[in-house]
Amino acid sequence: MTTATQTSGRSLSWLVPTIYIIFLLLPIYWLVNMSFKTNTEITGAFSLYPHSPTLRNYAVIFTDPSWYKGYINSIIYVVMNTVISVSVALPAAYAFSRYRFLGDKHLFFWLLTNRMAPPAVFALPFFQLYSAFGLIDTHIAVALAHCLFNVPLAVWILEGFMSGVPKEIDETAYIDGYSFPRFFLRIYIPLIASGIGVAAFFNFMFSWVELLIARTLTTTDAKPIAAIMTRTVSASGMDWGVLAAAGVLTIIPGAIVIYFVRNYIAKGFALGRV
Amino acid sequence: MEKTWNNKAWFMVLPVLVLVAFSAVIPLMTVVNYSVQDTFGNNEFFWAGTDWFIQVLQSDRFWDALTRNLIFSGIILAIEIPLGILIALNMPKKGLGVPVCLVLMSLPLLIPWNVVGTIWQVFGRVDIGLLGYTLDAIGVPYNYVNNVFDAWVTLIVMDIWHWTSLVVLLCYAGLVSIPDAYYQAAKIDGASRWAVFRYIQLPKMKRVLLIAFLLRFMDSFMIYTEPFVVTGGGPGNATTFLSIDLVKTAIGQFDLGPAAALSLIYFLIILLLSWIFYTVMTNSDAQS
Repeated sequence: MTTATQTSGRSLSWLVPTIYIIFLLLPIYWLVNMSFKTNTEITGAFSLYPHSPTLRNYAVIFTDPSWYKGYINSIIYVVMNTVISVSVALPAAYAFSRYRFLGDKHLFFWLLTNRMAPPAVFALPFFQLYSAFGLIDTHIAVALAHCLFNVPLAVWILEGFMSGVPKEIDETAYIDGYSFPRFFLRIYIPLIASGIGVAAFFNFMFSWVELLIARTLTTTDAKPIAAIMTRTVSASGMDWGVLAAAGVLTIIPGAIVIYFVRNYIAKGFALGRV
Repeated sequence: MEKTWNNKAWFMVLPVLVLVAFSAVIPLMTVVNYSVQDTFGNNEFFWAGTDWFIQVLQSDRFWDALTRNLIFSGIILAIEIPLGILIALNMPKKGLGVPVCLVLMSLPLLIPWNVVGTIWQVFGRVDIGLLGYTLDAIGVPYNYVNNVFDAWVTLIVMDIWHWTSLVVLLCYAGLVSIPDAYYQAAKIDGASRWAVFRYIQLPKMKRVLLIAFLLRFMDSFMIYTEPFVVTGGGPGNATTFLSIDLVKTAIGQFDLGPAAALSLIYFLIILLLSWIFYTVMTNSDAQS
């Protein structure tokens, strides 16, 4: 009896993930489908696939500076933020994983609270802070603001990876006469390369998906694509095709790297604690 | 791992400390500042004490938004956690199916939050969206713009779509760490499918489930972008969560005092949740 249910359960077990994946892909398919349609086809006849596929929507985005600059702006501040976050987090994560020092646990906890902080709380004070420094509508303002949650994230993820590296490696290197900077750059960083990759990927992702703070701190010159997307209404009504194409293009950076980080996604979201 | 006591490690933490202090402590102090003062404009402020806090805590608006937040978090946790476990249990353990599942399931997690909102806004529309059109065609009245129930269903389904994969991936990570010997032993003992789940898989997933539960609770408690894009907090105030209410007060109406008081109350709740998360993490680290 038991074996019978077990085998039948096993042979049908592919069904559950399959249904789930179809549920996940349907809305995405719909967006991609729309991005290849003309606006008349979208609002006119209902169709499951584009009958007369067009690249016009993508052409609009790649030829209109007010559109493609949004992507460039997003990429600039996201890359700046990733570089800043990972480089300051590396030594800090090493300190947390190897040493005990005054207030270490409180500091580690305080970092976590910033990862969990609601962006809505910080939107207005950020605006005033960066206004005071004259940094509104610059890429560096958004990059620094996103450090609020990305630096703690990087520290936690890297600390998780570093704790997996045995301490004997450090000690052996010191005995062999390595200075700390040389040891850190030559031996340690290659050892935790995958951890750095995961931390960088998650910093990139969380800065890429955040909209509230990025939108509050920018007006025109550094406006992210996600904020530009919200105003596709033109004189002739809503430009659904371009909106869909813009949405598809924001998914692509994640979709490109997803294969390489597939085994680390759970670890990254769980702050390196899985 | 045994750690050595070394206060010089502070120098390594210093850059992080300076950077995060700049982007967290200064803004937070501004909020504290506003929360205890009142202004008639012209940058003239005077002491208001706890007036704003009392005003916020006595307003129906705050309690309504908080209640909506808690109901929303409760519903999505009750659905996402069991669903995530179910899917993780049925995922392939080896072969080509593993990377295919991992990649396709991770996809929604990496989509910008406002695009998630846009996807569902379009998907649910009766005129051009697959979901709305289909429901309309089979005669189910559905309109997330005007109908409170439909708006809630849309937001909940959207959140399930967006975040269940996180629970799945975490549970899956817990499941693949179980050595095969456990299952073989269970087979020899003739354990039922339920017994295997209850006494082998569930205990091994305890830690990842806790992480999933806390992360989902905190992130759903701060939800802003997706409902803002799909419903804008409406119909009426039916989907105005704390974040949306806070941004409306602070940036829409520029009521700095109440907004700051609300921010601090909100932040204290998050602080408490973070503390629970931290305690759980350090305790289970110590156990393993």
